[in-house]
Amino acid sequence: MAILVDKNTRLLVQGITGREGEFHSQQMIEYGTRVVAGVTPGKGGQWACDGKVPVFDTVAEAAAATDANASITYVPARFAADAILEAASAGIRLIVCIAEGIPTLDMIRVRAYLDQQGARLIGPNCPGLLTPGEAKVGIMPGHIAAPGNVGLVSRSGTLTYEVVYALTARNIGQTTCVGIGGDPIIGTTFVDVLEMFENDPLTEQIVLIGEIGGSDEERAARFVAERMTKPVTAFIAGRTAPPGKRMGHAGAIIQGGSGTAAEKIAAFEAVGVRVAEHPEQIADLVAQN
Amino acid sequence: MKLHEYQSKRLFAAHGVPIPDGDVAATPAEARRIAEKLGGRVVVKSQVLVGGRGKAGGIKLAQTPDEAQKLAEEILGLEIKGLPVRKVLLDEAADIQQEIYLGIVIDRAARRPVMMASSEGGVEIEEVARTNPDAIKRIAIDPFLGLRGYQTIELFKGIGLADEHRRAFDRIARGLYETFVACDASLAEINPLIVTTEGDLLAVDGKMVLDDNGLFRHPDLAAKRDLDEETETEREAREAGLSYVQLDGEIGCMVNGAGLAMATMDITKHFGGAPANFLDIGGGAKSERVATALRLILADPNVKAVLFNVFGGITRCDEVAKGILTAFEEVKPDVPLIARLVGTNEEEGRAVLAESGYELITATTLADAAQKAVAAARGELEV
Repeated sequence: MAILVDKNTRLLVQGITGREGEFHSQQMIEYGTRVVAGVTPGKGGQWACDGKVPVFDTVAEAAAATDANASITYVPARFAADAILEAASAGIRLIVCIAEGIPTLDMIRVRAYLDQQGARLIGPNCPGLLTPGEAKVGIMPGHIAAPGNVGLVSRSGTLTYEVVYALTARNIGQTTCVGIGGDPIIGTTFVDVLEMFENDPLTEQIVLIGEIGGSDEERAARFVAERMTKPVTAFIAGRTAPPGKRMGHAGAIIQGGSGTAAEKIAAFEAVGVRVAEHPEQIADLVAQN
Repeated sequence: MKLHEYQSKRLFAAHGVPIPDGDVAATPAEARRIAEKLGGRVVVKSQVLVGGRGKAGGIKLAQTPDEAQKLAEEILGLEIKGLPVRKVLLDEAADIQQEIYLGIVIDRAARRPVMMASSEGGVEIEEVARTNPDAIKRIAIDPFLGLRGYQTIELFKGIGLADEHRRAFDRIARGLYETFVACDASLAEINPLIVTTEGDLLAVDGKMVLDDNGLFRHPDLAAKRDLDEETETEREAREAGLSYVQLDGEIGCMVNGAGLAMATMDITKHFGGAPANFLDIGGGAKSERVATALRLILADPNVKAVLFNVFGGITRCDEVAKGILTAFEEVKPDVPLIARLVGTNEEEGRAVLAESGYELITATTLADAAQKAVAAARGELEV
């Protein structure tokens, strides 16, 4: 068991013939992910990834022909909102979007439409999903992870890899690693993923990596207090971030004095979640649980 | 990206929001001509991208064109919170009967634009939220339905405006929302929106922040970017596709990934140092990009040491190491450099650095790297 993706996931890749799309599709296939179709408008009928993956013009055609049940989009930001909407309207219920830079008002409309369709979006501006030993959907380096019992959820990319790497180095494996993305409007929040991990029999404890901006971490802390039985270890990046400045991620900004690391750390500590002082401490705290 | 008051108000006006007659001046003589044209009393307002202009003496009332010229000269010589005043706005002065607040922000948790109105205009909304939260009325706007008439009535009644202003308020609220959407804004506010003694509603101050991710479809708005919004280094970084924020510490940080970059800043502080910057070199770590990043970091005279923290994922550490060395050929660093490469091909990456002949301090853990950087910045660590 794991959450969101596993060896039964039949993945469709939007933008498969692009440079990023082709490269990461190869990586996903090498990892063992079942990549069943690709979509690039105008290239329907071709084959991608050394002839292994059929390419279609539209998601609807690809889904009809291959029974794909999840999609990942590698298309650039200015076309990404459209790609997500296309996947959702074609009936795909799990959509992962890597692109950074989708306008916020577009994402508000996209998310509202997806909620109506009952489709789940992971991202945007995220590294995707990795269920070690089963499926990799996105751009996470597969070889740093190992199967195990820790669920990991994060707003970040390389910081997540860093933590996964440290866990694996100590023989602490993971059920699923979920990058929810660094944008202000995202498809899946900490609370959504915490709930999935709580309900996943294989996951024994959870690592949550948050950062400044917004109040998702505060809501996660309340959820932990009210609904969770499994231990959670947290880390919050951005203790030294100045107010009013965007720290790389569009969502990582302290606005009007709120969204600070101190508030988030206090919210977690108040409900008994241990918060690591720096990334390497996370694995220490997990090992103690 | 922030817009100036005069830019924001002109955008509002283009969507039917009434604003005072006025124009901007960069010199006292221009200010005088504008005041003459407007006739009567004018407000001379500094155009800088910070709050608290009034308290800093950046907003003054002039009775005559002579006085407007004199005040413009004074205000154009000011520096407000470190920002030089390069332009003043001269607006026809209005007699105020009542001041209210009207604004739109993105509510991240509700995933909707939210319009807020408050009977306490002329005060920062964050301040009202602290002191008198009940004075603020909020409505969430459905992205597919837009702002509806019944919603503007709800706000209007909520802040206790007299019934004669209902239509004018509705028009202004819709105009503000139209502007917000048309410009891909993340904030648009009128503060204060006044009721004049003649009974008219007028947006006498305005502010907008635009979503940087939306600027690609608004080249006209992107061209309005004020040079003072970011430091020269920040601008150069943005143009090079790097994400950089200048801070006031002494340890330059060069990191791949925004979250890891923040964590790296934090850990230097944890071990008694202070970060000089936030810098995300992004994926791939190509040598030109590393070189630009290094040049920007070293241009900061406060920097006493540079910490490289790179996690090799898809990008291999040996590629990153080669990128760093190529950058060194272009930019000769004159402060201690601490490098930590972890992840894919980390051994090979470290070997590349070790064999290069450059005097680099290496570290395997982030904690070790940060401690070494702090010590090196203090001059307590020999290479």
